[in-house]
This record gives sequence, structure tokens and C-alpha cells, in this order.
Amino acid sequence: MISPTALPPPRSVDDVVAALAAENYVADRRLATSVYLALTLKRPLFVEGEPGVGKTELAKALARALQAMLLRVQCYEGLDVAQTAYEWNVARQMMEIRLAEAAHDVGDAASRERLARSLYARSMLIERPLLQALTQERSPVLLIDELDRADEPFDAFLLEVLAENQLTIPELGTVRAAPDAAPIVVITSNRTREIHDALKRRCLYHWVDYPDLDRELEIVRIRAPGAPERLAAQVVAFVQRMRTLDLFKAPGIAETIDWSNALVALNAFSLAPDNVRDTLGVLLKHRDDIAKMQGGDVTKLLAELQATARGEAPRAAPADAR
Amino acid sequence: MLADNVVHFARVLRHAGLAVGPDRVLAALEAIEAVGLARRDDVHAALSAVMIDRHEQQALFDDAFAAFWRDPKLLERMMAELLPKISGRGDRANKPRSHRLANALAPTPVGDAARPARQPDDQIEFETSFAFSDRERLQRADFESMTAAEFELAKKLAEEVPLPFAPVRRRRHEASARGRIDLRATMLAMARQPETLVPRFSRARSELPTIVVLLDVSGSMDRYARLMLHYVHGLTRRYLKVHTLTFGTRLTNITRALRHRDPDLALELASAQVQDWKGGTRIASCLDDFNRHWARRLLGANAALLLVTDGLDRDEHGELTRAAEQLRLFARQIVWLNPLLRFDRFEPRAGGVRALLPHVDRFLPVHNLASLADLGAALRSAPDARRRTIARWN
Repeated sequence: MISPTALPPPRSVDDVVAALAAENYVADRRLATSVYLALTLKRPLFVEGEPGVGKTELAKALARALQAMLLRVQCYEGLDVAQTAYEWNVARQMMEIRLAEAAHDVGDAASRERLARSLYARSMLIERPLLQALTQERSPVLLIDELDRADEPFDAFLLEVLAENQLTIPELGTVRAAPDAAPIVVITSNRTREIHDALKRRCLYHWVDYPDLDRELEIVRIRAPGAPERLAAQVVAFVQRMRTLDLFKAPGIAETIDWSNALVALNAFSLAPDNVRDTLGVLLKHRDDIAKMQGGDVTKLLAELQATARGEAPRAAPADAR
Repeated sequence: MLADNVVHFARVLRHAGLAVGPDRVLAALEAIEAVGLARRDDVHAALSAVMIDRHEQQALFDDAFAAFWRDPKLLERMMAELLPKISGRGDRANKPRSHRLANALAPTPVGDAARPARQPDDQIEFETSFAFSDRERLQRADFESMTAAEFELAKKLAEEVPLPFAPVRRRRHEASARGRIDLRATMLAMARQPETLVPRFSRARSELPTIVVLLDVSGSMDRYARLMLHYVHGLTRRYLKVHTLTFGTRLTNITRALRHRDPDLALELASAQVQDWKGGTRIASCLDDFNRHWARRLLGANAALLLVTDGLDRDEHGELTRAAEQLRLFARQIVWLNPLLRFDRFEPRAGGVRALLPHVDRFLPVHNLASLADLGAALRSAPDARRRTIARWN
């Protein structure tokens, strides 16, 4: 790398795991492999998964690990070029015209041409994240968050940026990123709609699943340092068990962390039916789910967990609870 | 050697229905080169990052990978045995193209209405009017009492009926004669002619919403379901934002099958996918399943839901009511097409019908073909459409 990169890019999958871990992001090896490939093959990384499994956090941690600038596009319906890529500074352009008029500089064709050129000079452009991503000296991390919320025309618009690392501005021409300063693109989606195949085809695909028990415990230890070890272990076991239930929206890792912090704030040292019921709203966001859990599942689950902790067969627990 | 194996593996995946093109094979080679061959899980992660593009494909990929890693030859033998059942792309092309092909090969019956041109103009006019009256009669016919030939024609008509949904307003803007001032466009105009100031305008674009079709394929719906499938296929072909799920005792997403341009092939693929065809009905559990697993994915962005069912199900323990309430929260508008309206004095007696009725925006008959056109008209006058008097695509 010739560019003034502060850090050398990771040289192996293990490097990526270590670099992300240093930024408090616990990545499993599969995810690390995808990230490593995205960096090595210079392809966008398309991360899909349920809400709250750490998709956005990945991009943030990656930016910190690479000491790169993080540029973020938060998608929503109706997102257009003016909000994501560039906008002409119309106020300045108006002023320019007025000044030209005042100086009687609009009379002949040549001066008009000059004015038009100065109106659409690069300095008149207000850069938004997508354009900024192409004009940096060092590769930034470009996070396109919740792409599924944007509408299809935006997917199509993204294609040029993602595939060619360039952006065409009709009035100005094509802006192209320097080959060694191309953005590292992370796209996240919650799957509220299918993203077009043409866009996915240009990306590396990774589905972020809920973590297993050990990894989630590790995450809680890092992200909720105030939680006593016993509480953290209980919380994670409880949430993991909860995900196997038939719920409308299973709690994500973000909810596990929030819940741990909430319980710490309430000075809880271990899970009890009372404090679980009181704080269920942190974990579950659907009325039906909460009603279902409060209807007796909490006690049952807790008893089951305690039985498991004591080393009994987990199947014996529900019978105890009744 | 490695390249051979990757190409081979890609071929296996392709046979299994994954869209693994040559570009992905090249990317896969690069990916393997990047991670090295030392660790099996790395190779697995690398290949899956490159070769799949939706979560549902993961299980298939994992199986193929496991088998391939163990013994590529074994997998090949397995594939050879499975191939006739799996039906990859290759043999789809060779498949005889249904009865239409058979019809094309058969000798033309005497007095066929669809005689080719090269006739005087007035005669052609006569032919078209004849065809039209023929259709008119058909439109009034109940599907359940149609002959095979009439049924074919009805299918054609169903594909030609206008789109039944009113446009919704998007947040994206487009140039127009009136509306909000578009500074960028105004500026561009001024730059061309500095001495004038002609404001340009833009306004919110309105377009057709995503349409999600939930189609009942249980026994009592049989003929309607087939015709609706043809109709939905017509919709899907003309307008890509149509998602179709069938339900009887289980929910099946047949959107991809219906995207094939050839109606016979699309329908054939769809019916191969649907396993509960002409079976029983469990509306409540299917709707609940839809709410849990599909609604958030398909009903974003102001989607409209077209529910096609006779509603002949019980509402045990209020399950159907609950599912319908939930569905109501997800969908912007729900239109219910009910073939039971075949008779004029229809009363919502079945528990299922009573449970669903309060939660739909529109309850429409689908008992003969004219009613699909009625549906189009009815939906065009939906509250949203009333505000904007001109729908652009009419």
C-alpha cells in the first residue's frame, strides 16, 4: 500500500479476529473470514440478519480497527441523491449569478459560458457520504445501514458506486476513487424486503446469526461490565433459551446487553421471577410475546435454568415448576 | 486442480438450483486463494460468502460442501442419481412445453376462429368482433362450469384484466408542472438563461404498491386457485413487485416460480412447489405463520395484501381473529377476494368468514371473470386514489 495508511491491512483471518476483538467486537470465525475477504478482494460486504445481532456495530468496530473514517448512510424510504451522494450549493450558485449580473458579466455568449462553468465547479458541490467515500485519501469504511428500508431505485443507484467505485454527476462528470483508497463498504439489511440480486451479486454475503452461549456470554462481559458473573451467565442462558420459544421477535444481542444493564441498574444479583417480569419490556418488544412470557413461561424457564445450573437433566425442570 | 474442483462444485450448486454464475466461480477462486486451504471452516466460510446470496440457501450449501469435501466423486454419483428429481436448469429447457406445444403440433381444426391474417380488412374486423362477443359470454360464466377450451380463454383474459391496485404516494420526487420548487432544476435552467428566472417544480411520485397475494389452494378453492394463479402470473410478469404465497395447510412462497415468463412453465414449477394443493384448510395457522415469518419482509413500504380464500374454516379459540388482527397491523390495505360470493344471498356464516371480515378493507366477489375487472375498478376508487384524480398508468 502506497497510501498513507496508518495500519497495515490484516494479513489473515486470525488478524481480523484479533483486530475486532481489540475493539470489543467478538466475531466468530466465519464472520471474520467474510470481513477478511471483503478487505482482500475489495468487495462490498453484505450483512443480513435479525435486528440487534450487531450488524451496524461490525462496521463501526471495523472502522476503529482499521483507524479509518466511518461514513454512514442511514437508509429510509425516498432516500435520494441529494441526501446520500451530493447536492449543489444552490444558495451559493444564486449568489454567483447575482454577482455576475451586478458586474454586467452576462451579456455575451462567452461570459455566459464562463458563468455556467463556475456555477457547476467542484467547489459548488456539497458532498454527502457516498461522494465523500470516493474522495478520501485513505480507504474509509462506508456503512450503508438498513438498505432494505430504502426503495428499489436506490439499489440501482448504488450499483455504480459499489461496482466501479465511481459516481457520475451529470453536470460535472465522473468522480472516481483512487484504486488504493477505495471505500470498504459494509451494507446491512434486516430483510424487510429482498435486495435486488444484481446488487447482492457484487457483494460478499454473510448472514449474522444469534451467537452461541459462550460467545454471547463473552459479549455481555465486555459490553455490560457492571454485571456480576453469575447474573451475566443467567441472563445469557435465559435469553438463549428464550430464542428457542415461538416468539414474534426473539431478543437480539443488543437486547441481552440492555437487559443486563437494566438488571444491574435495579441492583439485581440474580434472576428472579419478579425482576424478570418487571424488566421484560427491555427484552421483548411485542405485546403478544410479553403476554405469553408473563403468563407463566418466566417461572418455568427460570426453574429450568436453575435445574440445569445444578447439573440436573434439563428435562426434569418443567415438571418441578408445575 | 483446485480450479477444476471449484468449477465442479459450482456446477453441483447450479444443479441444485443456486444461481452460481462464472463470475462467482472466479470470485470463489480468489477467495480461496486469499484464505488458503489450511482450515476447512475458512474455506467453507469463504465459499459461502461468495456463492450464496440469501440465508435460505445456507443449508443446501452446507450439505453440498460437506459431501464435496469428503469425496467429490461421491457427490457426483449422488447428483447423478438425484438429477431427474431435482431438475436443474439444463433439463428444464428440454422438457416438452406442455399442451400448448402439443396444440401447436396438432393439425388445426377446421373453422378455427384464430385464422391468420392476409384477409381483406373488413373481414378481420368481423373476426375481432366475433372474438369479442365470445369473450363477453365467457366473462359471465362461472369457472366451475366451464369447458376446457373456455377455461383456456378465461386464463388469457385474466392476464389482460387491468391492475387492481391504486398507486401510493412515495417520498421520492419527480419533475412536474406544479408542486414544490425544485432548486436544482431551477438553477440548471437559470445557468442556461441567466436573465430569466423560471422556477421548476417537483412533486412526490406515486407508484403502485408492492402486492402480496395470499392464495388459498385448498380443495374447495381448486378451480379458482388455478385461475387466480394465472392471473397472478400475469401480474408478476407485468409488474415485478408481486409476491405470491399459497396456503392450505401450510404456507409456500411461489414468487420465484411465477417470475418465469412462460406461463405453463411458471405454473408447473409453482404447482411442483405447492404440496398442499387441494388439501385441507388451516387458515389461522397459515396466517399466523405468515405474520411471523413473512409479513415483516414482504409488507414493508406500504404493501397491499390480496387475500384469496373462501374463509371456510373454524375460528377455534379466536385464533383466526388474532391472526387477522395482527395481519391488519402489518398491511396497509387488505383486499379479500371470496369465491363463495357465487350466490347472491351470501351470508357470512362460517366462523372463519366472520373472524376475517372485520379486519379487511375490502371484501370482493370473485365468482366470475367480470368480477376481476370489478375488482380493478373498486380498488382504483380506494381512499388514496380518490385524492389524486389521475392515475398515471391508466
